Amino acid sequence: MSVRESDLRATAARLLETGSVAVVIGYGAGTLGRRRPVFVRAPAQAGELVFDDECHQNLATYLLKPEIRRLGRPAVVAIPSVLRSLVQLATERQLKDGDVLALVVGDDGVRELADLAAVRQHLAGLPGSLHPAAKTEIARLSAMTAAERRAFWSDELSRCIKCYACRAACPMCYCERCTTECNRPQWIPVASHGLGTLEYHLMRAMHLAGRCVECATCSRACPAGIPVHLLAVFAEESVRRQFGAEAGAAGPAYALSSFRPEDQEGFIR
Amino acid sequence: MIIGERYQLAPKTLEAIFAALARDGVRVLAPRRVDQHVALLPVKSLAEVALDAVQASGSAKAAVFPPVEQLLSFTGSGQDLRLQDPEPTAPPTVVFGIRPCEARAFKSLQLVFDWDSPDTLFDAHLAMTTVVSLGCTQADEACFCTSVGGGPRDTQGSDLLLQPLQGGGFAADVLTAKGQALLGLAGELLPLGPEGMLEPAPEVEPAFDAARLPEALEAAFDSPVWGEESLRCLGCGTCAFVCPTCSCFDIQDEKRDGGGRRLRCWDSCGLHQFTLHASGHNPRETQGQRWRQRVSHKFLYFPERFSAAACVGCGKCARACPADMSLKEFLRALTRGR
Amino acid sequence: MASNLVSSTRSQGRPPLAPNVFRPQLVRVATVTAEAPGIRTFRLEFLDPAEGQAFRFRTGQFGLYGVFGEGESTFCIASSPTRTGYIECTFREVGRVTTALAACEEGDVIGFRGPYGNAFPLESWAGKSLVFVAGGIALPPLRSVIWNALDWRDRFAGVTIVYGARSVADLVYKRELEQWAARGDVKLVVTVDPGGETPDWKGEVGFVPHVLEKLAPKSADTVALVCGPPIMIKLSLPVLAKLGFGDEAVYTTLENRMKCGLGKCGRCNTGRSFVCKDGPVYTLAQLRHLPAEY
Repeated sequence: MSVRESDLRATAARLLETGSVAVVIGYGAGTLGRRRPVFVRAPAQAGELVFDDECHQNLATYLLKPEIRRLGRPAVVAIPSVLRSLVQLATERQLKDGDVLALVVGDDGVRELADLAAVRQHLAGLPGSLHPAAKTEIARLSAMTAAERRAFWSDELSRCIKCYACRAACPMCYCERCTTECNRPQWIPVASHGLGTLEYHLMRAMHLAGRCVECATCSRACPAGIPVHLLAVFAEESVRRQFGAEAGAAGPAYALSSFRPEDQEGFIR
Repeated sequence: MIIGERYQLAPKTLEAIFAALARDGVRVLAPRRVDQHVALLPVKSLAEVALDAVQASGSAKAAVFPPVEQLLSFTGSGQDLRLQDPEPTAPPTVVFGIRPCEARAFKSLQLVFDWDSPDTLFDAHLAMTTVVSLGCTQADEACFCTSVGGGPRDTQGSDLLLQPLQGGGFAADVLTAKGQALLGLAGELLPLGPEGMLEPAPEVEPAFDAARLPEALEAAFDSPVWGEESLRCLGCGTCAFVCPTCSCFDIQDEKRDGGGRRLRCWDSCGLHQFTLHASGHNPRETQGQRWRQRVSHKFLYFPERFSAAACVGCGKCARACPADMSLKEFLRALTRGR
Repeated sequence: MASNLVSSTRSQGRPPLAPNVFRPQLVRVATVTAEAPGIRTFRLEFLDPAEGQAFRFRTGQFGLYGVFGEGESTFCIASSPTRTGYIECTFREVGRVTTALAACEEGDVIGFRGPYGNAFPLESWAGKSLVFVAGGIALPPLRSVIWNALDWRDRFAGVTIVYGARSVADLVYKRELEQWAARGDVKLVVTVDPGGETPDWKGEVGFVPHVLEKLAPKSADTVALVCGPPIMIKLSLPVLAKLGFGDEAVYTTLENRMKCGLGKCGRCNTGRSFVCKDGPVYTLAQLRHLPAEY
């Protein structure tokens, strides 16, 4: 067990003992060498918590689930993508300031961030969200001709079976009734034929534009290995360039659904 | 070729069979690598098959129960309304290189689709599908075939079972007429005598006693374990969709050009809207209830009704699950009286 | 050669081995009756007269009624099997398919698949008395049994109907309620929830379970059929138990979300039961063995 882990376990045990939180959401040992989400509710269970380079999943997704909310006030082991998610969810009024205690695990111990100001301050000291690998992939795709890019995505999406793991794993996909579930009208065909699959992914990318925290949990969740995160990340990067907005930062909220009289486009007037 | 006999199959001969199938437009689905992933995809040659992978992430059920399938089409309205049945034929398909666990799943699928009334589409697909399974030389943490009556060299559900030979090539067991027809494409083959040494099969320790499950599940119905264990479940459809035995489906109408079609497409009891009424009432509102339904259906209700398993212990669900839900782990704990 | 494999397994334009079980029959909307706000009854006639003449079903069975391009919805067959040449269904406009159905007019053609499911064992109740307890939109499943029983009236001892709705306007089958009331061989008690009465309302005022308790039908040699919103059922069952009705003598019908109706798609699975096959009619004794997931 690393120093980081022992600090984390001690912190978790103390928080639960004092009753300051009802549950610590973190990572535990999973099967096949992976990590899985754990929900520690008693100090004696703190030993389940692990923290290492295999901890990728964005745990912020769990904060809005009814079954988790019912457990009581949470602390969450917060890797950078989780911190960005907390800010974005608060911006979207899904979390209230102080609702969640963020635990940042570092070599110098566990930092407890109790409010959004602390989270924002911590994020300001971290590098930007776009992972170098994603940056390279987007550059590669952008350099393709439209026909090449279309062929790439047709091929990738041909393996999509509409399992919705990408949506389920994403912290920003918290709608109780997803657009795909609307049937009057049926905006997005349910079936995983070409159109049903393409429309779903394009719709999701558009709904994430300006909101995506670029954690790539969606792609990790995909059982078919489709790099779906590139679609949302591309949309997110476009919004940043064009609107100066950034998910999880102190920029304007909801770049694509905010209207101001000063907006240069005239079509809405 | 004689059914029940074992023959020696050299890689070159197998390649020739692939070539013959490709020439005749027979669809061959096999585990194939795509970047870091192994998926069950069309292949044209033996070289494309990921023979060394434990399993493909998805299952061969897509060959007999496609993700999207047309049930009927319609044009016009009123007195001019015309319905059209789909052609109950299917492309000839060879499913190659799946594991013995997956081959067992075809039986349980057939039970669902034909138990009460024959499903002509499913039956057509099954009739046109030849299953060539590849015996395992390795197993991973997710495998639990031996806990549900299977094994790494099991023959149930296969038309042809290939087992790797030490020194290369395969032993080919002809199990059915379809297997006989497929192997017949190779021309003359030498029977394999007792000196043909098979690569050893992996040890797969049973994780639980499946016979104890029905009672354990009945007893656990009101237990908090369902809610507890499903806290990390994200409620997506991945486990059901990669599962070789899961068969739940939705029926959706799509309109186009003055008519339309009625499709069936894969669905999952793990999804929140599976049982949702138009009124908003949801009989299985919590993920715990949905997890309980999934497990109980596979290990209690289905075996009770059909005297057969609705799980083949392939472990695809656990490998694919983004939240690391594991039937094997859960059932082991349940039968150990946690 | 590979072509042997292909030709030995390809069906060369052979006719289907079995009928397409998903194919609906075509029925014409013969009449539309507005029962209550948002609730309609369709009388449906088969487009093919031969199909109409051949159609048989048992009381309690259901069908899937579909608008091509929108989908199918599940309703019990609300008419009695003793009345041939047509079938009836009653439904509330609440979702995509029922909204499309509600837009249908007389003469429109829709699809029908059925009859599916099990039935009330009406024949086996000869000599007994029948008590029907229904609320709101849940009278339609029992209406089939009521008319069937009335068409066979002399087979049964007493026939009692307790029916209630939120308000007078919400009562369905208003004209038939009058017919039943006018018969000398039926005891009919109609009630509306407190506040749901009109100034000239002559019936009872009170929730169905209370009215049932007040009426106190005898349980000896009697079968009770209960259908209504979950809260009505929940409160009516203890009343029936107190009156001496055993679990084997109380019947209900479930309405689960369904898609195929054929025991394949899995949607209506409630515990070990396929509601479309083992149900939708259950005794209370059977219901107690199912998880309350309906």
